[in-house]
Amino acid sequence: MEQIKFDYPAKRKVSRRAHVGVVGSGDLEVLLEPGEGESSHVFIRTSVDGFRDTWKAVLDRFFAKYDGVVRIQINDAGATPGSVLLRLEQAVEVSEQ
Amino acid sequence: MNNERDDTNFINRQSFIELDARERAKALFDVGTARELAGPFDRLESPWLPMQDVTPQADDGCVVMKGKISGQAAVVVALEGAFQGGSMGEVSGAKLTAALDLACADNEKGIPTSAVMLLETGGVRLQEANLGLAAIAEIMASILALRKHAPVICVTAGTVGCFGGMSLAAGLSSYVVMTHEARLGLNGPEVIEQESGVDEFDSSDRALIWAIHGGEQRYATGVADALVDDDTQQVADAIRHFISKGVPAVHRSSQVGLYRNRIEALDPSRQWDPRELRETWGTNGSEEVKR
Repeated sequence: MEQIKFDYPAKRKVSRRAHVGVVGSGDLEVLLEPGEGESSHVFIRTSVDGFRDTWKAVLDRFFAKYDGVVRIQINDAGATPGSVLLRLEQAVEVSEQ
Repeated sequence: MNNERDDTNFINRQSFIELDARERAKALFDVGTARELAGPFDRLESPWLPMQDVTPQADDGCVVMKGKISGQAAVVVALEGAFQGGSMGEVSGAKLTAALDLACADNEKGIPTSAVMLLETGGVRLQEANLGLAAIAEIMASILALRKHAPVICVTAGTVGCFGGMSLAAGLSSYVVMTHEARLGLNGPEVIEQESGVDEFDSSDRALIWAIHGGEQRYATGVADALVDDDTQQVADAIRHFISKGVPAVHRSSQVGLYRNRIEALDPSRQWDPRELRETWGTNGSEEVKR
């Protein structure tokens, strides 16, 4: 298991938290909570080691569009980059319902 | 219930198996009454899994919800089969035990509260070994305390099924509800094959597995009380039916004489097949769910 952290600049306040997904094979769990200040923090725990660059690419793309100030925790059980992005977008959808 | 499937119902049904643990639990309550206790944001996760390089889940694969079913207080505990095979660890076990104990305390205070366990589990979480075993002992003690006051209903829907120590929890519950896809047994197919050889049990033979462990066989031999389709409405109806029935006059696990006699009357020197067992044991103790 590898732990990875990223920070991204953000400005928009978020009022609701969201929880989506399951730590099942090929899937992941995302916990999205309102943050403070002007940056978002992402904490990742993944069962597959050595993919830091791939995680960064996925999150760079996510935060290119998303500007909410949040803390995101990801518990991953080997999800593909596509699944990760879908789960992140699902979490945003739930938090902004 | 008619065991012949109606195609229209089959197409229009909302699958229960396809729901995750949280969605399953929520679907059983009266609309708008469910609230989750000790949810993922409380981060009651296993401290033991990260030490063994296994990613934990924020709710440890155990969802606890309180609310009303048919207007009466109820607690639903759902195990997430997709996380570590729904296995019981220290934390998930403590959550289930605490939920049952709080329901028991409410009953003693005069608030009738039933419990529903949605079991998709292989039993003890091997990474947490003795703590998992201790958790299952506590769960069983809590079921025995609660079932005197209110029904404890076990649902196993699939696709994981209910095996290992948690099959004992199913055995102690007041009522067992299964789908055609569900399996229930003490030892799972792989374990039997590993311990006794492929001649004893071929764990790749799905027809054999369902003929022994499957919902239809368990219902037909009186080990399950209701057999339902993979349909959320049917599962919810079965639970409402058993809550309205209340505590059974005699629990299945108290019928020691009945089951001892069954085993004693069985001639183990020859091979019995599942159909013969159905004919011999019948649906003793089971009943159809009236809808």
